[in-house]
Amino acid sequence: MANLTEKLSKIFPEATIEGDSIPLMTVANDRWHEVALRLRNDAELHFDYLITIVGMDWTESLGSIYYLMSTVSNEIVGVKVLAAGDREQPTIPSVADIWKVAETYEREVYDFYGIIFLNNPDMRRLFLSIDWKGFPFRKDYDEDPALNPITTESERQSDFTDVYTLEAEGKVVKTPRRIFEKDEFVVNIGPQHPATHGVLRFRTSVDGETIKKIDVYCGYIHRGIEKLCETLMYPQTLHFMDRMDYFSAQNYHHALCMLYEKAAGIEISRRAQVIRVMMDELSRIASHCLFIGTYCMDLGATTMLFYTLRVREQILDIFEKTCGARMTFNYSCIGGVMQDLAPDFADDVKALLKTLPANLKEYDEIFTGNVITKNRLEKVGYISREDAISYGVTGPSGRASGWACDMRKLQPYSIYPELDFEEVVMTEGDSMARFKCRMKEIEQSARILEQLVDNIPDGEYCVKVPKMFKLPAGHWFQVTEGCRGAFGIYLESDGSTKPYRLKLAPPCLPLACAVDHMTRGQKIADLITIGGSLDYIVPDIDR
Amino acid sequence: MQDFSFITTWIDNALRSLMPGWLTVTVECLLIGVGVLLAYSLLALFYIYYERKLCAAFQCRLGPNRVGPFGLLQSFADMFKMLIKEIIHLNHIDQFLFGLAPYLVIAASVMAFAVLPWGNGLQIIDFNIGIFFLLAVSSIGVLGILLAGWSSNNKYTLIGSLRSGAQMVSYELSIGLSVITMVCLAGTMSVEGIVAEQENLWFIFKGHLPALVAFVIYMIAGTAETNRGPFDLPEAESELTAGYHTEYSGIHFGFFYLAEYLNLFVVSGVAALLFFGGWMPFHIPGWDAFNNIMNYIPSLVWFLGKAFVLSFIIIWFKWTFPRLRIDQLLTLEWKYLLPINLVNLVIMVLIITFNWHF
Amino acid sequence: MEVTTKSMPYEAWKDNEYIENLVKELQESGTNVVVGSLDKLINWGRSNSIWPLTFATSCCGIEFVSLGAARFDMARFGWEVARSSPRQADFMMVAGTIVNRMVPVFRRLYDQLAEPKYVIACGSCAISGGPFRKSYHVAKGIEDIVPVDVFVPGCPPRPEAMIYGIMQLSRKIKVEKFFGGVNRKEKQKEFLAAHPVEGVED
Repeated sequence: MANLTEKLSKIFPEATIEGDSIPLMTVANDRWHEVALRLRNDAELHFDYLITIVGMDWTESLGSIYYLMSTVSNEIVGVKVLAAGDREQPTIPSVADIWKVAETYEREVYDFYGIIFLNNPDMRRLFLSIDWKGFPFRKDYDEDPALNPITTESERQSDFTDVYTLEAEGKVVKTPRRIFEKDEFVVNIGPQHPATHGVLRFRTSVDGETIKKIDVYCGYIHRGIEKLCETLMYPQTLHFMDRMDYFSAQNYHHALCMLYEKAAGIEISRRAQVIRVMMDELSRIASHCLFIGTYCMDLGATTMLFYTLRVREQILDIFEKTCGARMTFNYSCIGGVMQDLAPDFADDVKALLKTLPANLKEYDEIFTGNVITKNRLEKVGYISREDAISYGVTGPSGRASGWACDMRKLQPYSIYPELDFEEVVMTEGDSMARFKCRMKEIEQSARILEQLVDNIPDGEYCVKVPKMFKLPAGHWFQVTEGCRGAFGIYLESDGSTKPYRLKLAPPCLPLACAVDHMTRGQKIADLITIGGSLDYIVPDIDR
Repeated sequence: MQDFSFITTWIDNALRSLMPGWLTVTVECLLIGVGVLLAYSLLALFYIYYERKLCAAFQCRLGPNRVGPFGLLQSFADMFKMLIKEIIHLNHIDQFLFGLAPYLVIAASVMAFAVLPWGNGLQIIDFNIGIFFLLAVSSIGVLGILLAGWSSNNKYTLIGSLRSGAQMVSYELSIGLSVITMVCLAGTMSVEGIVAEQENLWFIFKGHLPALVAFVIYMIAGTAETNRGPFDLPEAESELTAGYHTEYSGIHFGFFYLAEYLNLFVVSGVAALLFFGGWMPFHIPGWDAFNNIMNYIPSLVWFLGKAFVLSFIIIWFKWTFPRLRIDQLLTLEWKYLLPINLVNLVIMVLIITFNWHF
Repeated sequence: MEVTTKSMPYEAWKDNEYIENLVKELQESGTNVVVGSLDKLINWGRSNSIWPLTFATSCCGIEFVSLGAARFDMARFGWEVARSSPRQADFMMVAGTIVNRMVPVFRRLYDQLAEPKYVIACGSCAISGGPFRKSYHVAKGIEDIVPVDVFVPGCPPRPEAMIYGIMQLSRKIKVEKFFGGVNRKEKQKEFLAAHPVEGVED
């Protein structure tokens, strides 16, 4: 990777570059927009995928770290930009025109840290209500519940958003901008609505049955997990991973444990690694099965849900025997896994693998081959490869658009490099492709399980780690593959037993942002098709 | 085959001997009214149970089995609860229309009961335009749904009722045309007449291909008429919460809920009448012994049996297929079903003219 | 009087002082024969037909889906008619965390339910805020927002626990009075008087 560092220092001689595997480049605030353009458009660099924006509060200064990935070389780079101005009105130039997903990420940072992104077309709060006082992730945030009391009064609603621009003499000017015109027919879908898979809210402007625009409101299940993590010790932070994307509980757990182990330099046994990967893939199958079921239910074919839940129950049984829980497993821990496998784990997995192909065939026959399904799904909710990258639509949804974005292949971790499996990539980019992509991924996960089930090595399942688990001061970043896409974690430690900043970049937030782009001009019923095919999990969006 | 008319004649004679003619008619009307409402509620409750059990079977579940033997009393419990549940009064709505809508919907399906061929001699009223009356009456239901959606002053109900309006008006055409096809074959619009015409062979066999095509189209359009899956767009749960009846609670919602099932029964009853001989037992020309055995089964059982089997097919649709989108739904009607139906009608007329049918 | 449901012996229930007290209260106050049997009929209907509102915010909601699926099959008890419109539902299974921003929506949903309405707080988040209790944006239990009838602990509760919880609710409905003072309703009224919805005038 020294190569990349060299390349960067050649192109940006004024920037300071530190770091080992993932270089972190510090850029001056006023130069950031042109640097970003260069990073995105330079043929050699081609950093076209913005993984996440990490807002930071180093008490003496505020700032944000942008993590970018190149879809050509698969290299990751971090860019650190300090905010200009004082704590009252810190500003950073917006890059929403370069990466479309940045618009939402910048709103998130604004929401938590109060950093104003100049020229962002939609500078509103993302998760918290419009009248929330203070910026909760700042280290000096006043948590007094009297400031932001729990109220049954309906929150204030505004059809306006703000755009901040920099005037000539360095003054920041706020201009309001209308989101919906006065005479538009705006239907409020959610937060309590069966189609939104939880408590997401769409304000939908419609013309008859045709959707003109969607404004997505998140935060109805925002629990402040990242802030909570800063008050807890490292092993205590793990259990939140079960409660974000509850279908990828094992995968997220695995990811966070891996990052802690990397930071602490702990080498875990091969047995633990195999167990973790097997659990990941079992989760993936269960998650995709539930996706198929709920998706069909959204489209009106309720019966499919019951067929797919059969497989899910079978997998949950396997989990339950080993972990003791059906959903919140808390199974991976720092150094390995909590308990050893149940004695009949291998037999159960084999039984599952035996029934799986027949089940998949049944789903295919009932649903995929159906002419109504084809009419409902094909050519609905198209997103091109470029847009998918720009919106950061990863996971099966991104792969259905022809973007090979499986982090198990791109950023190999654990024992994935040794395994023989294919990355399912399709090119149609419509809802049908997203659906089929998941169907095929179940087969690939089954293939991985087949390779591992007879080769679980002996050894200890958990290595000893000190009771007071501490990390050296520093920062780490890592991307892994959850069930719904790339799951990035940024960890900054000040050397104590608690993380200074733990940023979780879930795959579902960009998915929800892409809904507006994908539904324009489609019918109301297509909103359900498209939203369902993206398969976002709302607690994962909101954290 | 038994003729149930002896019961009705006996009641009529007994009443006439007791009171003057005008009073007899009034009392009879009342009796029939009570009878219809009773049959109505019992059938509705049975249908709710029937659908829940069937859907459970399709989904590898058990379905209701706790309340009463085999869960038979489940829908009674539901009804009791619904009767005494609060009816929410809303502000900012059109109170009169809001209250009227559920009654319109329920009235439409009750009136359709009048002309159904329940059994030999059990028909409530038989007149020369019976089937025409049925079509006319059943389209009142659309009005109820439109009013419900409009008067609720809610965006979901409005979209739901507009969808329903577009859908039901379109599919009425298909129903009408396939009914006309069969009326051509029968040569009469009187329900009694249509049943009598099928004494030798049911129309579905008698009418060759056109009858079969008309049957398939009728079933599709009938499913759409009753707003059931895969055509349940007006109340598409995942899109419009509960569609046009989102704002209704208590027994007013109960009316919509019951009417949905009763419409299902009416649609399958009419299908039984037009294609499977109404209450007429299964007869094969020439097989007299077989025909006589068939005649031993009471006509009421024949009719209900046919209706239940046809409803089974419609319920099967619902729990198997995904929902259509509104534009696809209308495309299906206007671009496919309607032209096919018209051609079908011409073929049927040719068949009748040249006497090609059995 | 022993309050139980079909195929579940009375001994199998865990001690529930609350319901025992209700029974005692009922027996002490005494009722008219006609009214009493009407009450019984109504309660039979109500307790056997409790339709849930499709409401879920997070993990517990998925277990609620499992509850409807073939293995646990809540349809056996007649609970499978999940209504999306609050006007037609009987109880609300609060499955998941309720955060500050959700509170007004949640309270409005509760107010939209038609009487008789019940609330089950399902999972530790709904009961107390659970693992997120210390967060700046989480309601510490829904008890302060709506009156709760049954608490089902767990994170998330297993579907069996949910079945048990709804059965307890069913038992509770069985000892209600429709005619004359409804012993539960009084408490609900007190609660609603003490927790008015802000910003709304009747």
